[in-house]
Amino acid sequence: MNALTYGRYELVRTFRNKRFFVFSLGFPLALYYLTATANRHEQDLGGSGISAPLYLMVGLAAFGAMNAMLATGARIAGERSVGWNRQLRLTPLSTRTYFRVKVLTAYVTAMLTIGLLYIAGATLGVRLGATDWLEMTLLMLVGLVPFAGLGIVMGHLLTTQSIGPAMGGTTALLGFLGGVWYPITGGAMQKVAEALPSYWLVQASHVGLGGQGWSHTGWLVVAAWSAAAAVVARHAYRRDTQRV
Amino acid sequence: MTDGIELKALEKRYMTPAGPVEAVRGIDVAVAAGETVALLGPNGAGKSTTIDLLLGLQRPDRGTVKVFGRTPDEAVANGRVGVMLQAGGLLRELSVRELVTMMTSLYPRPLPVAETLELARLDDVADRRTEKLSGGQSQRVRFALALASDPDLLVLDEPTVGLDVEARQAFWETVRAFAARGKTVIFATHYLEEADEFADRAVLMARGKVVADGPPTEIKSMVGSRTIRATLPAVSLAGLQRLPGVATVDRRGEAVVLTCTDSDTAIRALLAAQPQARDIEIAGAGLEQAFLQLTGEEALAA
Repeated sequence: MNALTYGRYELVRTFRNKRFFVFSLGFPLALYYLTATANRHEQDLGGSGISAPLYLMVGLAAFGAMNAMLATGARIAGERSVGWNRQLRLTPLSTRTYFRVKVLTAYVTAMLTIGLLYIAGATLGVRLGATDWLEMTLLMLVGLVPFAGLGIVMGHLLTTQSIGPAMGGTTALLGFLGGVWYPITGGAMQKVAEALPSYWLVQASHVGLGGQGWSHTGWLVVAAWSAAAAVVARHAYRRDTQRV
Repeated sequence: MTDGIELKALEKRYMTPAGPVEAVRGIDVAVAAGETVALLGPNGAGKSTTIDLLLGLQRPDRGTVKVFGRTPDEAVANGRVGVMLQAGGLLRELSVRELVTMMTSLYPRPLPVAETLELARLDDVADRRTEKLSGGQSQRVRFALALASDPDLLVLDEPTVGLDVEARQAFWETVRAFAARGKTVIFATHYLEEADEFADRAVLMARGKVVADGPPTEIKSMVGSRTIRATLPAVSLAGLQRLPGVATVDRRGEAVVLTCTDSDTAIRALLAAQPQARDIEIAGAGLEQAFLQLTGEEALAA
């Protein structure tokens, strides 16, 4: 069996999807230039201690990458709606490989988004050392793990009609509460934000301060969400395939 | 080629809100390698459940399924089973060739993509996106996906539903071409003429049981009768009724219709007694008739 060929066409499909370009690439990029250009000389955005171009670059990269990860759900829902999961069960493709390919595809597209936003950030004067870029990227990739699970959950619980609004709502809410567009500092809002995986995605930009990216809380929150998403995803998949 | 397909004492029941439904109630069917077998029956007869059990999509409550001596899961994992499910869609955002290539890559010993496309007669639309295909073309793509693994067993669940007569004929020609390679084909249908025309054997199901199993001609002969129709105005029906081999007589305007127990004897007797008979037609009872008779309530009571 050649999962590579299978995965290659999964990617091809993703890149041919217009929604992907709009929500995962176009939308975050446009928002970045809209919000960051005006504040390009702001060195301490909202008391975060981080420059506006850097903060918003990571914020919108996080937003686009969240969208890219959750788009897995839309693809799964679409495949379910035409009975494709049944067709796949009649091939040697294992469930494990199926999900691996889905998650890997999501990561490739998420990295594309992140890369694009990095380039945009550089055009607005974001300058970091090589290790900082790398560390920031790694933190974001780890921070995306819960979203991979969440995408699978949504794909198995929702229909093709409901998944669009559900995805849009989830990313907007998580984005807003996670401080994608503006830093959340102090108060009850921060307590809520710190419990969300989106917050820690955005916090990857702290690397730019020369310090460590995530606190222990950050690692804990991301680990807990990852574990919870994995459990729920497994459950949703089982429930769904039993009914088929 | 090892042994064929064996369904033994299969039983499957579901829980529904209305109570338990016994979808399959003890099915025994053995299909030899290379055979083409039609699974016939009205809706709710248990055809789809039987196919699900055959493919390992569901587990039987009782009984066993062997596909070439293995479990369905093993046979599927080895790419020995090609399936065209009832009413399925296709992945979007890929061309026909890309989709076939993608699925072909999953199998251990697949057909070359070009051969699959040719067998399914998809050459002319190979580079078209799947979302832009007509119903008949999509159905050919689904057929191509069933062929991709070069399976030894091809399972088709009501493959021609929604197709016009022409497309149906063309479809069965492609199935025939594939079966001619020594492949085993099992298909479910409620089009009786398809079973009659394309199967070596028909398995009739009703209410979760097999009610008849044999060559389509044999099933027809279980019902037995043929009819003779002839233009014969002004002849007494009572006289015709007394002819040897005739069961019942009917008048339809100028014509009479004799339902026969032995049509060979009856036609000789008819021509001897009524040499002026014209426009003579002898017809076998349709499989349709056999079907209704064998799947009806009285057959179940027996």
